[in-house]
Amino acid sequence: MSDTLTYVYAIARDVGAVSGLRGVGGGPVRTLEVDGVTAVVSDVDRGEFEERALEERLEDLEWLASTARAHHHVVDTLGRDHLVAPLALATVYFDDDRVRAVLAEGRETFAAVLDRLAGHAEWGVKIYARKGGGSAPTEEARPRSGAEYLRARRKALRDTDSALDDAREAAGEVDDAVTALATATRAHRLQDAQLSGETDPMVLNQAYLLPIERVDELRALVASYAEHPRIRVELTGPWVPYSFAQAAQGAS
Amino acid sequence: MTGPGSGELEPRATSLFGDEEVALVDLLDRLLAGGVVLVGDVTISLAGVDLVRISLRALITSISPVERPGTLAARAERADERELEAGRG
Repeated sequence: MSDTLTYVYAIARDVGAVSGLRGVGGGPVRTLEVDGVTAVVSDVDRGEFEERALEERLEDLEWLASTARAHHHVVDTLGRDHLVAPLALATVYFDDDRVRAVLAEGRETFAAVLDRLAGHAEWGVKIYARKGGGSAPTEEARPRSGAEYLRARRKALRDTDSALDDAREAAGEVDDAVTALATATRAHRLQDAQLSGETDPMVLNQAYLLPIERVDELRALVASYAEHPRIRVELTGPWVPYSFAQAAQGAS
Repeated sequence: MTGPGSGELEPRATSLFGDEEVALVDLLDRLLAGGVVLVGDVTISLAGVDLVRISLRALITSISPVERPGTLAARAERADERELEAGRG
């Protein structure tokens, strides 16, 4: 039994030999091709990826972060010049022959996914409610009593609720407008403030599969919301189309 | 903290050379919930992924000072201080 496993990063088309690119764990990235469909792979340490080890590893965020970054580095680098359909994190096979078998078996599915992604890039739009919804936070005098503090606190909470509703409505408008430009959309979970590192609450976290020639329209659209009193719109991308690479994904 | 309107229109670079600029949380959104899903020979069970999602919050909070220096922990601390001050009266 070999002491390595084959980690698959992406399914791709027209990728020749890859040189100088390092993958998860530092191993050199290679390609395996079957009938015009290519798997981008590298060897990874078997012990590190055996099932039980993997479940434990996933609880180790430093490992998860470095694996995610390494995976991203590979697909993002190749994605700049090639059509790639990235795989979900940590898809590993016993050896290259197993990967070739999967490629042969899923050939038509992979070809269809690649066809759907051709000429597109993924963009992320995250929208946050502006704190206070435009009205500057009032520097009120320190409350003189507990009751006064609680009244002020309740009022602040009510204001926050209505600001959030307004922000959600505005975010819906942005979503509609971007959706009109996009080939497909996909919702991601709203990121908790602790995860995002943002103090403003997130009201939309959406991915869009956009034809590359429409990028300028997207940028202009996002720019038009720059001064919006209720929401702050953040654009990320272009991403390799992580959110749209699933075979079963319907167009929206 | 940056004021409203500052630099918000510049998308975060997600390319190779801007790797550090890709927020880990955005990347994990995509890598755990996206991508071509193939059943590998060595698989992460769905239960495992759910577990990851559940524990992610706590874990990311603990690693963030390393990932994104000075953002999360500092902000949380400041928020706590504000909260305390507001309550002190």
